[in-house]
Amino acid sequence: MTELPGDLLYTEDHEWLRREDDGSVTIGITDHAQAALGDLVYVELPEVGLELDSGGDMAVVESVKAASDVFSPIAGIVEAVNEDLADDPEIINGDPYGNGWIVRLRPSEKIDEDALLSPNAYQDLLDAEDA
Amino acid sequence: MGLKTPLFASHVAAGAKIVDFGGWDMPLHYGSQKEEHHAVRNNAGVFDVSHMTIVDLTGDRVREFLRYLLANDVVKLQSPGKALYSAMLNDLGGVIDDLIVYFMNESWFRLIVNAATREKDLAWIEQQASAFAVTVTEVGNTAMVAVQGPQARQLASARVDAKWREDALALPPFTGMQAGELFIARTGYTGEDGWEIVMPASNADLVWDALLASGVTPCGLGARDTLRLEAAMNLYGTDMDEAVSPLEAGMGWTIAWEPQGRSFIGRAKLEAKNADPNLQRFVGLLLEDKGVLRNHQRVVVPGVGEGEITSGGYSPTIERSIALARLPAGNDETAEVDVRGKMLKVRIVPTPFVRNGKIRIEL
Repeated sequence: MTELPGDLLYTEDHEWLRREDDGSVTIGITDHAQAALGDLVYVELPEVGLELDSGGDMAVVESVKAASDVFSPIAGIVEAVNEDLADDPEIINGDPYGNGWIVRLRPSEKIDEDALLSPNAYQDLLDAEDA
Repeated sequence: MGLKTPLFASHVAAGAKIVDFGGWDMPLHYGSQKEEHHAVRNNAGVFDVSHMTIVDLTGDRVREFLRYLLANDVVKLQSPGKALYSAMLNDLGGVIDDLIVYFMNESWFRLIVNAATREKDLAWIEQQASAFAVTVTEVGNTAMVAVQGPQARQLASARVDAKWREDALALPPFTGMQAGELFIARTGYTGEDGWEIVMPASNADLVWDALLASGVTPCGLGARDTLRLEAAMNLYGTDMDEAVSPLEAGMGWTIAWEPQGRSFIGRAKLEAKNADPNLQRFVGLLLEDKGVLRNHQRVVVPGVGEGEITSGGYSPTIERSIALARLPAGNDETAEVDVRGKMLKVRIVPTPFVRNGKIRIEL
């Protein structure tokens, strides 16, 4: 298992968040999630401008095997989506924390960091799942 | 913890992700399902199919028995080793299972049936066999692999004793032979050329390792499913079951109506269905939009009615989504599929989608 990036926050649904300098938040799925899904073949992205509640439907990632919902971990407005995923969803398999980002949100309220996981807490979650 | 085939340790050693399949611990993939799929279309892949059930039927009246038990007619099997694909029906014409039957000799036929249906198949066959004094024996202590792809027979033939190799490579499609302790048949479930090989469980891992060493890619159930979907080969329990007749599952070609005097289980109900102009049709779908079709999605044929996808997924060869579906009777060429509330356009296409490495539908 590769080391988790230390500058990200995580969720129990195997998503990651990066707080950007301009106040926006970039969101993707973790390496663990992409490995569990297998080869991705389609990503359904939201419209830019869409307002999302925390826990709302944000995207759908489909592997050869199955479709999985990606829920928004925070409330916000979709500021950008990763258009490259439309033609090449496997970017997520190859680079889940970098070029495989999915959505960038403008938070609509203060982010509740207590509801998210630190890298250490997420690593504990993964270790518990493996056990 | 499920049942394990003689090759279980080999799968783990090859890095397989193991999943439950009908009570068996089977490999889903060994890293990339898509790469395994392409290996079979372009070169050669090997699948462990040891979970499937092999049943030998013996007795003087075994041919007569099978002509009653199966919807296809084993009268077509006249030379030893010849194989036939057939449905085994219940009295209502529903599919109990689909299987391959081999003619070994006049008092011995061999069936290969699905793993998940093993118990009900054996019970049904035994129940019917007693009137014909046919003995039903499950063949145990064996392993079975499917080596599939354009290079499959060539690569696998290195594992066949030189004494048998030439004959094995000359096997016509849908024919099998005993080659020492191997039973080799030119059959498969991928739409590619290849062999299915039954062997003693004790040396299965050696054969497996040798195939991998010769460049054959280990392939899991994931690739097996996308390959068979592209080849428009039915999956039991998904595309058909006891509530569905072969006529509504694209298996009409496997029903031997002639001779009319042959009585087989389910025949009367099947004849009635065959005369019904409103019988559902079983079709291939090609998704025109982006997205992925999945099992059980609702299909709407505007102005006609609704049907359902029985098997849907992503086609790695076509790089679009395809599906098999049961639709209302008609000649419509387009339909819409409800994918999470969005109606996506699909084209109704002839199957198979892919055969012998070539895309067979118009894109």
